[in-house]
Amino acid sequence: MTRRTAARQWLLLLLAAVLFSTPAFAQPSDTGFLAMLGELRDASFADKDQILGRLIDSGHASAPRVLTAWLDDRLYARTADQKVFIITSADEKVDPVGLVDPLSLKNAGSSTRDALTRIGTNNKLRRTLRIAVARFDLANPDASVRLAAVTEMLRSPDEAGAELLKARAAVETDARVKAEIQMGLSLVALDGPDAAVRLAAVQTLASRSTQQVRNRLALLLDKNPDGSDVETDEAVRQAATAAVRRIDRSRTMFGMVETLFFGLSLGSVLVLIAIGLAITFGVMGVINMAHGELMMLGAYTTYVVQVLMPKHIGISILVAIPAAFVVAGLAGVIIERTIIRFLYGRPLETLLATFGVSLVLQQLVRSIFTANNRAVETPQWMSGTLQLGDALAITYNRLYIVIFTIIVFAILLAVLKRTRLGLQIRAVSQNRAMAKAMGIRSEWVDAMTFGLGSGIAGVAGVALSQLTNVGPNLGQSYIIDSFMVVVFGGVGNLWGTLIGGMSMGIVNKILEPYAGAVLGKIVVLVALILFIQRRPRGLFPQTGRSAESQ
Amino acid sequence: MTRSDQTGTAFVSTLAIAAVLVPILNQLVPVSSPLHVSTYVLTLIGKYLCYAILALAVDLVWGYCGILSLGHAAFFALGGYAMGMYLMRQIGPRGVYGDPLLPDFMVFLNWHQLPWFWHGFNHFPFALLMMVLVPALLALVFGWLAFRSRVTGVYLSIMTQALSYALLLAFFRNDMGFGGNNGFTDFKELLGFDLHRDSTRVVLFVATAIALGASYMACRAIVKSRAGRVIRAIRDAESRTRFLGYKVESYKLWIFVFSAVLAGIAGALYVPQVGIINPSEFEPINSIEIVIWVAVGGRGTLVGAAVGAVLVNYAKTYFTGALPEVWLYALGALFVLTTLFLPRGLMGLLPGSGDAQ
Repeated sequence: MTRRTAARQWLLLLLAAVLFSTPAFAQPSDTGFLAMLGELRDASFADKDQILGRLIDSGHASAPRVLTAWLDDRLYARTADQKVFIITSADEKVDPVGLVDPLSLKNAGSSTRDALTRIGTNNKLRRTLRIAVARFDLANPDASVRLAAVTEMLRSPDEAGAELLKARAAVETDARVKAEIQMGLSLVALDGPDAAVRLAAVQTLASRSTQQVRNRLALLLDKNPDGSDVETDEAVRQAATAAVRRIDRSRTMFGMVETLFFGLSLGSVLVLIAIGLAITFGVMGVINMAHGELMMLGAYTTYVVQVLMPKHIGISILVAIPAAFVVAGLAGVIIERTIIRFLYGRPLETLLATFGVSLVLQQLVRSIFTANNRAVETPQWMSGTLQLGDALAITYNRLYIVIFTIIVFAILLAVLKRTRLGLQIRAVSQNRAMAKAMGIRSEWVDAMTFGLGSGIAGVAGVALSQLTNVGPNLGQSYIIDSFMVVVFGGVGNLWGTLIGGMSMGIVNKILEPYAGAVLGKIVVLVALILFIQRRPRGLFPQTGRSAESQ
Repeated sequence: MTRSDQTGTAFVSTLAIAAVLVPILNQLVPVSSPLHVSTYVLTLIGKYLCYAILALAVDLVWGYCGILSLGHAAFFALGGYAMGMYLMRQIGPRGVYGDPLLPDFMVFLNWHQLPWFWHGFNHFPFALLMMVLVPALLALVFGWLAFRSRVTGVYLSIMTQALSYALLLAFFRNDMGFGGNNGFTDFKELLGFDLHRDSTRVVLFVATAIALGASYMACRAIVKSRAGRVIRAIRDAESRTRFLGYKVESYKLWIFVFSAVLAGIAGALYVPQVGIINPSEFEPINSIEIVIWVAVGGRGTLVGAAVGAVLVNYAKTYFTGALPEVWLYALGALFVLTTLFLPRGLMGLLPGSGDAQ
């Protein structure tokens, strides 16, 4: 940007500031402004509408605040002296409530609600008010406020608004606000008399995919009651037809992408909660009913880490991941050493014993943290949405959970395939006696394997703490899902768990719009039951000798 | 006479004595006497006996056939719902909204006619048939699919759990026509007898005791029969039994269906005594608890299962009342210790029980 254009922009900005925020044409007298407010008290809605017009035109410095307050139901008249005030809260429970002088915008004491009468609005007034407030906001230095203001104005585009937007477009620096203004101007231009301008507007709008643009363009293709076309120009009609078709196509595609993404993020949660189980259940053949409680331990670890470092919520979640792995992993090793190692080869009995463990763990956190849910804060960098085009918004937490799952899966896979421990784990699970003969300390490997699976459950718990309430029952609500995923994917197969979990998530999300969340889930469960009939050992059954021992 | 016959006889005799003595202590002994059994306690024991029938059902399939079902709570609940539907129809115009035909929750949902599956439930014999038939049909369909495809072991366990979970979700839905998450309650009478009267409670108690006795006899007859031996052979070596020419699938299917029927009967007896049935009965955790009772009492002993159900539930009632914060620790420790040190349950403690299998 050259110095000259920069200077010119500054000049324009200054001009705009003058235009929008300070009395522009004639300095309205404070008394005149107050008189208008005074008139509002007893005016009919029609009169109010007319007074509102004058208030807007007055350009008084206090007008934006007063009109915003009026829109928020915070403009009141004091019964005693009929003076108009802005009150500080619209909440009926705040009583007495603070008063603000509408002229000086300074505090003017307080009053009980009984002594005040609200200056009411109706729908028509609220519409005008909303646009008026949006116009004031257009001059706001904060780009996001300006964007919201433009969006608000676009809800009912008109000529007057268009003039404002045009003026704003000339000085606007923010690209997103600019694009939004362009869209608004084009929408207004569709009503213009010049066919060439309308055509240009349609072509501009064709690149947008919002519902509003689509509906507006579709209106061009309607017919009048007498059979003639609403849009008289043939070229504009053709352009509009093409644009509507393009928008519909892209919206359908975005819709599919969105469903797919929702499915993937749900699938990621399923994979995450199941992958630890895929190790303990799949590799070791232990039905670990305490798996859910190990996730719960991970979630509580996240909470404790946050309590320990309240000033660094953003980092705390990253600290919590290894912490949860260690806590849950240690718990797993202890469970394995004290209970499970006596029950190898008796899978149904490990179910009972680990169920007992799960009850103890639940009661343990209840004793330490009480039965109430604990609030785990979401770090700043995980909230918000990523807007991709007009029709696709992805929330960051969903995005991160997909990425997180992939990372966890990759690490786990690497541990099993590339490390010495992984080799030993695979050896022991395939043939314990032979592995022992080769000098592998199978007992130690068992403990490590169980610790690894439990640690992963703890890591899953960190993710769950961001998605659901952290309470003693957290584990129970996920345990069934995690078993389903492992069984669907095929016991003893990590890839099966990944593909099984992801496809269950996607199918669930595809069904949801048609069947609703609950029915969709029922359908998935029944489908799973039927699927197991076809493939009794899951998607990717184990082959070879180790398969028979399951 | 083997050891298991002796314990069995002792069990039936105890049951018979209880069925006679408890009602007498409730009805004839004055309230002031320390021997008096309050109606609350009588109903509580009745509830335990229902659980004992349920435990028998699970022991039959798990202890003798090796099918670890984690879905028996579903059969229990289905039997209970069938009874509940009959009891709801019995309320008639005495509901809060006074509709002569529709139960309250349907009026509340603005329904105008009875769903088709509610017809006939005003007749007790029909309802009785449904209490048995609905669990049996579900078990038949599920078992036929599962056993035919040779779904075994943990896969079968997880699938029965999925079944129960799917039913739980389904029954939570208001538009299923089963009262949504509130289920059925506010029952008035059974066969014209007021459910809140002590005498009705006593009759229900005796009926439950008789049902438990009969269930036990039937189970014992089955496991003593030739078929019972085949079933145990399936548990110990399924493939070998198949190669010997037995139709493993048929044996498994029929034992599974019979077990589901027992569970349904237990549920049907349970509902009028506790006065409510709602979808939480389908909770997968309930199915696990049943397995626990059987394991504590002694798997594959029948008597042990029934005794385990009564003891664990008595402990539960006692602890949740007296020491609620200790209960889960105690229960958890019980399961861990039982599996570690009493693999054959409490019945394993009896001398000479080794030949019971």
